[in-house]
Amino acid sequence: MGLRELQGYASFFMTIFLVVMLYGYIVYLYRSEKKGEKDYEKLGKIALDDELDSTPVNTSDPLPSDEKEQNR
Amino acid sequence: MQSNAALEYDYSVAKLFTYTTILFGFLGMTIGTLIASQMAFPELNYLLGEYGTFSRLRPLHTNIVIYGFTLSGIWATFYYSAQRVLKVSMAESKFLMFMGKFHFWLYFFGALAAVVSLLLGITQSKEYAQLEWPFDIVIVLIWVSWGIGMFGLIGIRREKALYISMWYYIACFLGIAMLYLFNNMAVPTYFTSGGLGSIMHSVSMYSGTNDALVQWWFGHNAVAFGFTVPIVAMIYYFLPKESGQAVYSYKLSLLSFWGLMFIYLWAGSHHLLWSTVPDWMQTMGSIFSVVLILPSWGSAINMLLTMKGEWNQLTENPLIKFMVLASTFYMLSTLEGPIQAIKSVNAIAHFTDWIPGHVHDGVLGWVVFMIMAALYHMAPRMFKREIYSKKMMEAQFWLQTTAVVLYFTSMWIAGITQGMMWRAVDEYGNLMYSFIDTVEVLHPYYAIRALAGVLYLTGFLMFAFNMIKTMTSSRQLTEEPQFRSPMA
Ligand code: HEM
Repeated sequence: MGLRELQGYASFFMTIFLVVMLYGYIVYLYRSEKKGEKDYEKLGKIALDDELDSTPVNTSDPLPSDEKEQNR
Repeated sequence: MQSNAALEYDYSVAKLFTYTTILFGFLGMTIGTLIASQMAFPELNYLLGEYGTFSRLRPLHTNIVIYGFTLSGIWATFYYSAQRVLKVSMAESKFLMFMGKFHFWLYFFGALAAVVSLLLGITQSKEYAQLEWPFDIVIVLIWVSWGIGMFGLIGIRREKALYISMWYYIACFLGIAMLYLFNNMAVPTYFTSGGLGSIMHSVSMYSGTNDALVQWWFGHNAVAFGFTVPIVAMIYYFLPKESGQAVYSYKLSLLSFWGLMFIYLWAGSHHLLWSTVPDWMQTMGSIFSVVLILPSWGSAINMLLTMKGEWNQLTENPLIKFMVLASTFYMLSTLEGPIQAIKSVNAIAHFTDWIPGHVHDGVLGWVVFMIMAALYHMAPRMFKREIYSKKMMEAQFWLQTTAVVLYFTSMWIAGITQGMMWRAVDEYGNLMYSFIDTVEVLHPYYAIRALAGVLYLTGFLMFAFNMIKTMTSSRQLTEEPQFRSPMA
């Protein structure tokens, strides 16, 4: 098998690998939201509430960061 | 020292880049209109001796609009929005302020010198990478100073989560850095010719098919990381902010991001279909190009859905109009590109006017519209004055939309006519037309494109006028608008 052919196969299998990763990521995003571990949608507020002194959103954890601090 | 309570976002660097966006936009589009007219009326090639010919001006047009106008727009919006989504002011760090200004001035003088060098015909002869090696080094310095500014700002941020726009700006930074370094590996001809050549003039380190592959891996990804990724960064910030609507699906924005990163890098070989690159690579380029529709439309549809229930804003606020039209044109050109990347279609489309047609529905409808909308949104916040004229903005919108439509429809017809005529054979297999036959047939379409250029340029001048009036003489605002930009 020449180098050219090897490159072709390498490219093919890398594509398959990356496709699996990408789909895995989709599943991860939706599953963690369903389980209540994450809330990605609240990150959208970062653009709307963007004053220098507004409270940062900080994480995709469902609980606001200050509430977490109190729970500690 | 000011107390913390009086701390504000510092827009001085964003303002500087806003000025150059307007300046280079005007210059680049004026030259674009001139070369479009030269295609229709060849006598216009002889206005300025060697400096006025199509071949001298074409790279000047592409370089000024890409590396002058678009990059300035990217940096203006970056230095504006990054502070806001990271909730940290540049004024909080003397070092970052210095880097920002250093970035600007190095860029500005570098860009002016680059314009002069291209006008003098000094070139490496690689499309979109024409500048000679001393410029390449300056460009690396400019890029590094942007990187220091960006990661410095990220380092001192208050908002720990990085908003999706930041991801896209970071991708723009990293992507172009990588592409640029590989594609600009050049050797001065002095060294390759045993001392006969020149120290200043360089040639690519790669040759033949390899050079072509690296060139279009770079070239196509310059579109990806210069015309797509940072413009998506803009729309993800400015459309939600102007409309007061959070992005429709944050998860979809993350998915489209990774999808785009993954797929774009492998699509470049669609520029080399039917050439000497390995067959599997051409097929891969075609397939990846078609799949690219998905993440592209993912972002565009996400933007349109962000307006859900708020479509009345489309009629009330011309800024929303600009942005919605921009994402619609993004959808059009990301559908058109994959169609052109299908091998059988490409056999007709390649080398024809359909290609510049495709380029310009993307850049005029998407890139320029989005950059103008972003700057209009920034102006009242940066200069603390309302936008000078809503009426003029509306007129500009319709003028430029008409221009884009005239541009791409004329080039579609011209390109397909050209492609069909080149391939047409009679019953004995002889070519039916000579090249000049196609040139004669295409004349009216070239004239229409020149007209489109005049209309678009007029619209851009209205934008420039509106912006300058906003900066200098519009009504002052007492407080910063939250969402919708105030306009007279
Ligand atoms: C008034 C507006 C404009 C006009 C009239 C115009 C006109 C032209 C013309 C006549 C060409 C040469 C086509 C050929 O060689 O056959 C061209 C090429 C090009 N223009 Fe523009 N242009 C305009 C604005 C822009 C803007 C704003 C951008 C990018 C932000 C842009 C990007 C390009 C690129 C990338 C090419 C090379 C296309 C290729 O190689 O296929 N243009 N333009």
